[in-house]
This record gives sequence, C-alpha cells and structure tokens, in this order.
Amino acid sequence: MNILTIARRDFRSYFYGYSAYIIIASVLFLQGLFFNAWVLGSSSARYSHEVLEDFFYLSGGFAIAASILLTMRTIAEERANQTDVLLTTSVLTEREIVAGKWSAAMGMVTLLTALTAYMPALIFVNGKVAIAHILVGYLGILALGSAVSAIGVFGSSIFRGQLAAGIFTTVLTVTLIVLWILSEITDPPFAQITSYAAIWNQHFTPFQEGRLTLTSLTYYASVTALFLFMATRVLESRRWE
Amino acid sequence: MVEVRQLTRYYGSFCALEDVSFSLHEGETVGLLGLNGAGKSTALKMLAGLLTPSKGSVQINGHDATAASEKLKATIGFLPENVPLYNEMTVHEFLRHAGRLKGMTAAAIEARLPRVVEIADLLGREDQVIETLSYGYRKRVGIALAVIHDPKLVILDEPISGLDPVQIVEMRKVIRNLAKGRAVILSSHILGEISQTCDRILVVHQGRLVAQGTEQELLPDQGLRLQIVLRGDGPTIEGFLSEHAGVEGFELSDEREGILTAKLTLASDTRETLVADLVGAGIGVRGVEEAEDELEAIFIQLTQQEAA
Repeated sequence: MNILTIARRDFRSYFYGYSAYIIIASVLFLQGLFFNAWVLGSSSARYSHEVLEDFFYLSGGFAIAASILLTMRTIAEERANQTDVLLTTSVLTEREIVAGKWSAAMGMVTLLTALTAYMPALIFVNGKVAIAHILVGYLGILALGSAVSAIGVFGSSIFRGQLAAGIFTTVLTVTLIVLWILSEITDPPFAQITSYAAIWNQHFTPFQEGRLTLTSLTYYASVTALFLFMATRVLESRRWE
Repeated sequence: MVEVRQLTRYYGSFCALEDVSFSLHEGETVGLLGLNGAGKSTALKMLAGLLTPSKGSVQINGHDATAASEKLKATIGFLPENVPLYNEMTVHEFLRHAGRLKGMTAAAIEARLPRVVEIADLLGREDQVIETLSYGYRKRVGIALAVIHDPKLVILDEPISGLDPVQIVEMRKVIRNLAKGRAVILSSHILGEISQTCDRILVVHQGRLVAQGTEQELLPDQGLRLQIVLRGDGPTIEGFLSEHAGVEGFELSDEREGILTAKLTLASDTRETLVADLVGAGIGVRGVEEAEDELEAIFIQLTQQEAA
C-alpha cells in the first residue's frame, strides 16, 4: 500500500510537464522508423522469427534508453525541489520509497513497451511466429528494463541533478553491456564472471530468440534487487550526513 | 511530552549544535530564536527525525524519537522553511497524498480534511492547483501538511519568512490555533514574531542554548520597558520622570513641536499609575506601548553574555 502511494504519484507526475509524452512519442517514432527501415527493410528473404528477433533486439535498446530517461529524475528531482522531506518524514521506510519510485518507472516502461505491440502484431499477421516467442521476448524487455530502471533509481539517489544521474546511469549501463567484450579477451575465471555480469549478450539474447531461461531471469532479478538495495542504503545514509 | 537531552550535532568537525536540552509540553508554543546559522534548523531536523544526532536524545511521550520509527513519525508534523509541495496537485489532492504518506486510511483522511482546511485557513482553495497559489497560501498548505495526521508535535521552521505584512498577520492567527492538544515548536530570527506567537522562548547562539523561558523570565531585572509619546516641554517632562518613584530609567528623543518620545523602564507594570500621574502633572499622553525592541534587548544581552 505504501509503495503504491509513491508509485501512483510518481506515475502521474510523468504526465505533468509533458516528459512522459515526449519520451513516449520520441521512442515510438524512432523505434517505428528503425523497425520499418532496418527490421522490415532487408532486401533478402527472411523467416518471420528472424524478423521478430531483430524487433526485440531493437526494442531492448530502446527499453534501455527509455529506462534511463525515465529514472534519472525520480529521486534527484525530489532532492532538487526539496520535496524529499515529504518522503523522509513519512511513515514509509527508505526501502518502500525506493520500491515505489522504481515501480512508477517500471509502469512507464511497461506502458511504453505495450505501445510497441503493433509491430510484432504486423509480423504475426503477415508471417508465421509463435505467440510464445512474442511473450518471452516482451518478458525479456521488461526484465532488461527492470534492471536498468533499478540502476537509474540508484543513480538518481546519489545525485541532486537529473543530468548527472542520467550520465552516471548511462555510463554504468554501457559498462555492463560491454562487459561481454572483456570476457572475450580475459582468461578464466574472469571471462566467465564478466560474461555473466554483462547485462545484454548472454542474458538478453535468449529472450530475443524466444527462449525462456531461468539463469537470465535470475540475473535480471538480482541486478534489480542489488541496485534497489544500494539506492535504499544511499537514502538511509542521508540521516548521518 | 517532548524531552530533548544534550542534543549535539556535528557536520564533519564543525559542531552545529552542542548539548542542547529542553522540554515541550502539550498546548504550548515554543519559539526557537537565533541568528542565521545558530543551529535552529539542525535542531528542528533532529526533532523531526531527518537527522541523526551525534549525541543526545529526543523523547516523545517516553519513546526515543531519534530512532525515527514509522510509528513515531506519525506523531510528528514538520514544515521546513521551503515548503515541500507537488505543484501539479490541487490542495486537496496534495493533502490526501500527504495523509497517505503518514499512514492514514482513506476514510481517516476524508474525515480529517475539513478540519485541516479550517486550521490552515484554506477554505475556498481546496481545488486550486498548488502552482497557482500565492506564497502565503503555499505556506498555509505547508501548515496543513504538518497537521494532516493530527500529530502530537508540530515543528515549523521559519514559518513567517518571506511573507508580506498581511500574510504575517494571518499566519500568526493560524499558528496560535495550532497548539490545542499538541506541542508546537517554531524557529525564527524575527524576534517580534516569537514574542507574538510563542508562550516560551529558547535562545540559541552559535549552536548552544543560551537561555530559555518566557519573555518576562528572560528579563527578570529589567522591569517593563515602555515607549510613551508625550506632549509638553522637555525640561518639565525630564524633571517629572526623574522624580517619579516607579521609573527606573528613561531616555527622551524626537522633540518636535512639543511632542517627545520617552523610552522608559518601570520597576513593575505600573503603567496606569504613571499615565495618571503624567496627566495630573499637566503632561499630555498621546500613546503608550511596550517598547518594540524588548526582545532585541534580551537577545543582544544574552548573546553578548555568551560571547564574554
């Protein structure tokens, strides 16, 4: 209930000041453009499932960008406007505050993701793909969005400025993405560690291909939990500043 | 009701507040008086559970408030100097949200809203978007925020700052009505405000509590200071005041066409006798009021003593 109080207010606030409209419109426009030009625009004949995989590859990238844009304001804006006092003097624990902020961002990521459904629907109508592939692909996007949103909430808890929080989250996320390159040039056991820690390559590809793997789901859940926990600790530490 | 013991706060190596102890009682409005940077906001933030003390304790009804438990937070209402408001909400939406943040049920919030609107004098503004409210009304929404959950302790950090004279008068009325059934502590560096809204004064200087008590208790040996506008000639008035038994000291100023202003100190509150004697001596009395600089005198005296 407490988490819902924060989440509901934050979710509504995205639509105040047009930030939600701008982010949604921009992402849908660019994703639609890429979908037509890159995913559907291939000159060679391809199977429908390959087209769908490319769509999810594209959607994963946009989910990351949207998650960063949506979360960079969450806690940083409260601090900048000094409205964080409302939260810290409330009966809510820091854990509930962080969970509420993340939930609102995830609500937006889910809405944005749902609005892209017409693209796989086009592939489904004009080609032959399994509904399970579509569902698993979307689950992967939400799992990836969940992890990046948690990183974003953590970044937003550290900085007072949204821009700084956004840059921090971007750098951290890109680092986690390119970790798989490190795995190619390092020896075991570091190769396995960096490969497992990479947020995209090993973990998102199965979802993209319509394969549901518990390892990858566990990974995204762990990243989400870890960064939300760290954001909670940052908020708790403010009392001792 | 509220017991503060040896409250101390360091920011790094800088001591913002040192060994501050005081108590607050139900129905009492207490003013925390001090210059900018004296440690007032730090003290209030620790009372509100926003900062953890480096040393000392805050107890509310016997429970340790520094632990900032959720249950205890529900008994405290805090209005910081910069009112924390969500501009996109209407007054009612905001107060409902604030009530939920304080753990109130929807039914409890709806039952409480009319009373809170009345306390904060917000009638007719309930459906106005906060962004469109004047600064004075935003402060009042802040007061409503602080009492939405009917707390036992209300903490107001500089509630008067930034208000125009009309808003100040209205805010005084709101603050005076707050203490019914609860304790109120407010901070201000505007000395006159403390005097007009508070039952008791805590004087903080350079992080230390240098005095506490009522205005009269803080000036035990200085008697009553009055400012009287008199009509007559200077030497006659000076002679009368010098010889009057009740007058301990005086100074005359602003002689202009037979009108003088006398600032004088009486051993006790015998202003009626003095006025009767002045009129009896043929000296015109145009106005009598308590000297406005009384609190300033207290403050300067106390802080100078501390510095010495």
